[in-house]
Amino acid sequence: MTRVCCTVNGRPVEVDGVRAGESLLALLREHLGLPGSKNACEQGECGSCAVELDGLLVCSCLVLAGQAHGRQVTTIEGLAADGELHPVQQAFVEAGAIQCGFCTPGLVMAARDLLRRVPDPEDDEIREALAGNLCRCTGYQKIVDAVHLAAGHLATGR
Amino acid sequence: MSAITLERRVGGIGDPAERLDGVEKVTGAFEYASDLCRDGMLFGATLRSPIASARIRRVDIADALASPGVEAVLLAADVPGKNRFGLNFDDQPVLAEGLVRYAGEPVAVVAATSLADARAAVGRIVLDLEELPGVYDMEQALEENAPKVHELGNVLRHVHIDHGDAGAAGAEVWVEGYYETAMQDQAPLGPEAGLAVPGGDGGVDLYVTTQWLHVDREQIAPCLGLPEDKVRLHLAGVGGAFGAREDIHSQIHACLLALRTSKPVKFSYGREESFSGHVHRHPSRIWMRHGARRDGKLVAVSARLLFDGGAYASSSPAVVANAATFAAGPYEVPNVQVEATVVFTNNPPCGAMRGFGAPQVCFAHEAQMDKLARSLDIDPVELRLRNALATGSVLPTGRPLAGSAPVREVIERCAAIPLPEPEPAAGRSLLHYPGGAGGTTRGEGLRRGVGFAVGYKNVAFSEGFDDSSTARVTLRLVRGEVEAEVYTAAVEMGQGLYTLLAQIVRSELGVERVVLRRADTMIASAGSSSASRQSTMAGGAVRLACCRVREELSRRASALAADKSRPGGPAELEDLLYEPVEAEAVHRHRRTERFDEHGQGDVHAYFCFAAERAVVEVDEELGLVRVLQVAAAVDAGRVMNPLGFAGQVEGGTAQGLGLALMEEVRLARGVISNPSFTDYLIPTILDMPPVALQAVEEPEPEGPYGLKGIAESPTVVATAAVVAALRDATGRELNRAPVSPDELVGLLGPARSAGVPAVPEVPGQEAVPSYHTTGSGQQHLM
Repeated sequence: MTRVCCTVNGRPVEVDGVRAGESLLALLREHLGLPGSKNACEQGECGSCAVELDGLLVCSCLVLAGQAHGRQVTTIEGLAADGELHPVQQAFVEAGAIQCGFCTPGLVMAARDLLRRVPDPEDDEIREALAGNLCRCTGYQKIVDAVHLAAGHLATGR
Repeated sequence: MSAITLERRVGGIGDPAERLDGVEKVTGAFEYASDLCRDGMLFGATLRSPIASARIRRVDIADALASPGVEAVLLAADVPGKNRFGLNFDDQPVLAEGLVRYAGEPVAVVAATSLADARAAVGRIVLDLEELPGVYDMEQALEENAPKVHELGNVLRHVHIDHGDAGAAGAEVWVEGYYETAMQDQAPLGPEAGLAVPGGDGGVDLYVTTQWLHVDREQIAPCLGLPEDKVRLHLAGVGGAFGAREDIHSQIHACLLALRTSKPVKFSYGREESFSGHVHRHPSRIWMRHGARRDGKLVAVSARLLFDGGAYASSSPAVVANAATFAAGPYEVPNVQVEATVVFTNNPPCGAMRGFGAPQVCFAHEAQMDKLARSLDIDPVELRLRNALATGSVLPTGRPLAGSAPVREVIERCAAIPLPEPEPAAGRSLLHYPGGAGGTTRGEGLRRGVGFAVGYKNVAFSEGFDDSSTARVTLRLVRGEVEAEVYTAAVEMGQGLYTLLAQIVRSELGVERVVLRRADTMIASAGSSSASRQSTMAGGAVRLACCRVREELSRRASALAADKSRPGGPAELEDLLYEPVEAEAVHRHRRTERFDEHGQGDVHAYFCFAAERAVVEVDEELGLVRVLQVAAAVDAGRVMNPLGFAGQVEGGTAQGLGLALMEEVRLARGVISNPSFTDYLIPTILDMPPVALQAVEEPEPEGPYGLKGIAESPTVVATAAVVAALRDATGRELNRAPVSPDELVGLLGPARSAGVPAVPEVPGQEAVPSYHTTGSGQQHLM
């Protein structure tokens, strides 16, 4: 059992009783009460647990909780500022890119990561960037639409 | 339709209304069953049999009980009520008793203070099994000397359809074929989960991911030895279902442990356990023979269908009946003979998955239609048009098709969607080649193919089931604002039902703000969120409840107008809501019939049709595939929400594409060898092409506003369309889905049959257990 100290969504946290081998996903969901990051495959195949670790998009199920020590973590819960949806979140709602929504937090994190690197991506760039996120409901087209819409929102400062 | 006058409302019917739960889902605030948490809750874990057919010699739980954090370990003997449950028949043990019949069958459950402790304790249970001969092949199951999975034998149901003349005089051309489809997993992203909380009254509250709260309760309560009113189910957030949430998973286990420990107990399966935690799509073997005149008119179809039901009945009896009725495809065929069997094996149980028996037969009948088109030298689309069902056509079950049936329209509209422009073979971005970013080709050996498929699926429940859905609508003032609340036990699992219900309320009552109360069993059943049925069933109930709310508002308005003491001026809605108006209503569809001894009868209420065309490119050297486009025309009756419509068609198509190209639950002596997303592949965003969509809107008389459920028919046709395109590209037979690269390059030949299996002797058209069981199953529910 160890203590992990990190910053989650801008808030410094200290967590005691983290077991060796526990993932960052478990740290978030079970120790910190942040269940927005989802556990759908436990082996980095589906991207539902995607978070940002020091600015890098990671599958939190594949990162040890201890690896987050001293670092900055941003989760889906940290995107909406003052109750205002992040433009990517807004676009997912508007484009109909959500059905069951279990993959949505991971896809929003991955789409946000893409748009920071490529502000106005082509379809192929979107598909390549989101290839690590599985969605079983939508058939993905509305997700592609949402990323284009989000690019527009970000460009116009909406 | 013209009788309905609607006030236009933003977010009303026909509008691309945003999801009610959209904001919660993009912010991570939406609470799924796996997110549930209670102070002091325990975590459940399950010991499952590692082998498929065995006698239980001994289960020793002493070490597990002494394990850290463990509060209870339960075996079959600890089930206080009936140790049996099931959707159609109560044939499945809550915890295995004496025998195990499939690998993954639960034997013991543990509750401990942490999930890690619970799992560790499961590892300390000593399970001593004596392996018994098993049945792992559906044809073997029919053999006389095969081990019996259940005492009553291995035939679960045999449906016989005998329509017209078996001799089928007049056919000039015959084609025949043998087809196989693999076991498919629904793979909803959100695994099984639930939280049972013991109540002060000796009862239990269960918060759970499911498709039908009331049918769960009917199965749970007898096992707990409790009356139904002591078992209260509440819907927890559902992360997708596709049929996988129709059967019981951890519900009974969680309740047993909660009642035993007097503490809340949570189950939340991981992905591997999820593969054992729900039923799958039936693997099938299908033999078909089609006879036609030279002008292309179908004269006769005979089909032998064999489905592997796995170890327990689940909803297999209904699945095989569906498959039998759709075996001839959406075509007018005067002579149809179908023999359809679902058998018990020691493979994992199969049951509901999107399409419910129709995708398997569509794969076969559409391949047959292409063969016939080639034999007759008629364009495959034209051949389908010449035989298309229409309203009034006589179905293979001998009754005229009563509802809307725009089959010609879906075929024509789909065929008219422009094909994608061919891209030059060289110089493309890597993603535009089969093999994608793997860079396996620069355009050498590419073959393009186009495939077409038409199919159909019944909407709502069939075979005489008394299908109903209840909903309550309350109109009230909340802080001076008019708000409508919808209360229904119908399950939202991602399909967008609640948004659609809100659209109906907005249109019917002219209110902006609509909220959905959490679904539970304190209101009457809404039936299952399956069989494409809730848009019409729950939608119909909500519409009817709204009408009753309006009637009460009119009554109040008249009373107010008659009140001379009241100051003048027309009454505003707010004035009428001095107390809330509440109305409950039940929607039913036309009553259907059971099969007679010849498989004739008005078994289905109404249908949804779809046509899809797939365009593929195959790398003929490596057997890699890129699907360029799927064109789809879907019979919607009426599009209630364009976003929801597109989402269902695109998502349903993706699941059909998955079965065509990659999805297969692999078994070795009944043990699933690929229970992970690393090994069981589902389509990614790179596998799924854009879907070019057309909605065909011909009002369905049975559906409110003329609408139909559209959730399944795109899945039904997609597999057939994609594999047809692969055949077109490669010229190979490809009679098995999913198609492997080895088959595409010719390293592996087509699936071969050992011959058409004999028709089993059965007491009648009903499922075999219904002739044996005297106990109370749930067969009346399906």
